[in-house]
Amino acid sequence: MFARPKFLVLYERGNNMKTLLIRKKQKGKLQKESLGERIFDFFNVVFLIAISIIAVYPLWHVFCASFSDATAIMGKSGAILYPFSGDGSLAMNIDAYKKAFSHPLILTSYWNSILITGVATTINIILTALCAYVLSRKGMMLKKFFTVVITLTMFFGSEMIPRYIVYTKILNLYDSMWVLILPGAINVYNMIVMRTNFESIPESLFESARIDGAGHIKTLYRIVLPLSKPIIAVMVLYYAVAHWNDWFDASIFLQDRNKFPLQLVLREILIQNDTASMNGASDVEGLSETIKYATMIIATVPILCVYPYLQKYFTKGVMVGAVKG
Amino acid sequence: MNKNKEKNFWFRLKKDFGKNGSLYLLMIPVLAYFVLFCYLPMYGIIISFKDYSPRLGVFGSEWVGFKHFIEFINSPSFLPLIINTLRISIVTLCIGFPAPIILALLLNEVKSVKLGKVIQNCTYVPHFISLVVVCSIIRMFTADTGIIGSFYNAITGNTGNMLNDASTFIPIYALSNIWQECGWGAIIYLAALTGIDQSLYEAAEIDGAGKWRKVINITIPSILPTIIIMLIMRMGRMMNVGYEKILLLENSMTKEVSDVLSIYNYRRGLVLQQWSYSSAVGLFNTTINLLMVFMANRISRKVNNTSLW
Repeated sequence: MFARPKFLVLYERGNNMKTLLIRKKQKGKLQKESLGERIFDFFNVVFLIAISIIAVYPLWHVFCASFSDATAIMGKSGAILYPFSGDGSLAMNIDAYKKAFSHPLILTSYWNSILITGVATTINIILTALCAYVLSRKGMMLKKFFTVVITLTMFFGSEMIPRYIVYTKILNLYDSMWVLILPGAINVYNMIVMRTNFESIPESLFESARIDGAGHIKTLYRIVLPLSKPIIAVMVLYYAVAHWNDWFDASIFLQDRNKFPLQLVLREILIQNDTASMNGASDVEGLSETIKYATMIIATVPILCVYPYLQKYFTKGVMVGAVKG
Repeated sequence: MNKNKEKNFWFRLKKDFGKNGSLYLLMIPVLAYFVLFCYLPMYGIIISFKDYSPRLGVFGSEWVGFKHFIEFINSPSFLPLIINTLRISIVTLCIGFPAPIILALLLNEVKSVKLGKVIQNCTYVPHFISLVVVCSIIRMFTADTGIIGSFYNAITGNTGNMLNDASTFIPIYALSNIWQECGWGAIIYLAALTGIDQSLYEAAEIDGAGKWRKVINITIPSILPTIIIMLIMRMGRMMNVGYEKILLLENSMTKEVSDVLSIYNYRRGLVLQQWSYSSAVGLFNTTINLLMVFMANRISRKVNNTSLW
């Protein structure tokens, strides 16, 4: 029952479009393509490009709107293809960003989000690596027991209310930033992926480390982690994005507005302000439309910056997984 | 005999501690995490069988058996909640499940490596955008002044925001889900596609099969096990409609369709502070979810020998 789920391997492998296409090239041409097939290919590509445009357009829309003239944007209801000024010509206007960054709540929450994401991701990686390392070592008597105990948490124990009661009443984490950091320190899926990765490291390396007198911590730090850079990069991406984007836990566990992460402030500005259903948050009311767009971009840019950089590792980490799978 | 065995076990364990002591030491922070943040809340579920009061605490509160479960099942909101949950789930399943499969099949036909990669990366982007930003984009676009909203109003003659209308709430919910997750969801099917033996295609070509025939007779049967596994997992989440997106999209006008079990659970628990009652609602929901996974898994094992475990 607790074998490594097959779809995980597939999941890793699927990121690697390259293998798919290399195989396709090796296939060789047995048949000349018929006219019908060529027409299909053409429309297929056109369709997929349209899909890609739909996928990225909303973000582009927000991006352009954030640099546009505040009054010009009010009357606009169609598509926005470039940032424009009052007379409709191309222009970059950074007023909205200046205002957004001078807003005290946005600024503190931005710093909070960076802090939470940084600390939490570090803890995530350390604990996940520790857990994966121990479970990848052979000969430990309670290994099976630990594996079952840990895998069970994937199926049970994520109930909202008991979680809330236990965290606030027993662990006393209410209104503390640790409540956004400690729970979920190990994602079991990620841990299993990492463990599989560690298991693929040749046993001889561990043996020579032991002969050289290295303990487990040293082996983990000096041998296992350097060899697993790609998978760790992928894990950093997953964990960091999850922490950066989280707003719900913050909304139920935090009360002090100075501790709010960016996404929660964003929700107040973008959504609650919209429905005018909240009280006690007058400091976010009356922000102009462009500032909303600007804060959306501010909140998304860090992810979009990190993503292409980590993507290089992404395919590599995936290759390792594929060999194993 | 039994006693002897037990002694043997403890003896072996002691020996193992001696041998792998440092491994156990490394495991301590990990186990501490799981006990405190996973098993303690799991134990906290007992409040669904108690009348929890913050004054008496989790352990001191009085046992009441299945009182809260019976109260929930007999309450007038029970049936509407189940129907709403199933409705949103079935709509998102029906249009959301085939989408990544179709995308993967189409991507599979793209000849150029570079183009394929660019398209793939474009479709990933929405997956990484936060839900708060995604939902505010949805709100802006479907408002009467937004791109989609103004277009929809021009065609149907409606006025006002699409999200204020209960009949358009679910389509918006489901379609925006596809927009956000389709590209990412296609990864797994692309992976299954890489695993297909290319000689099958060659053989089919020699037999004179065209593109369409190859897709029907080779590609789809080859990725069918993956499709079934994904379907099982999806079925297991049938009664599990997330609260986050609905909380960000709902308003008082859409309550008749957007009130699902998890939202009810949230509102009764965290807003009205009926801890034990809402905890019972949550446990009820989880139990059904688990049963659904087991059932779907069993059916698929019987029908075509594919199962999760």
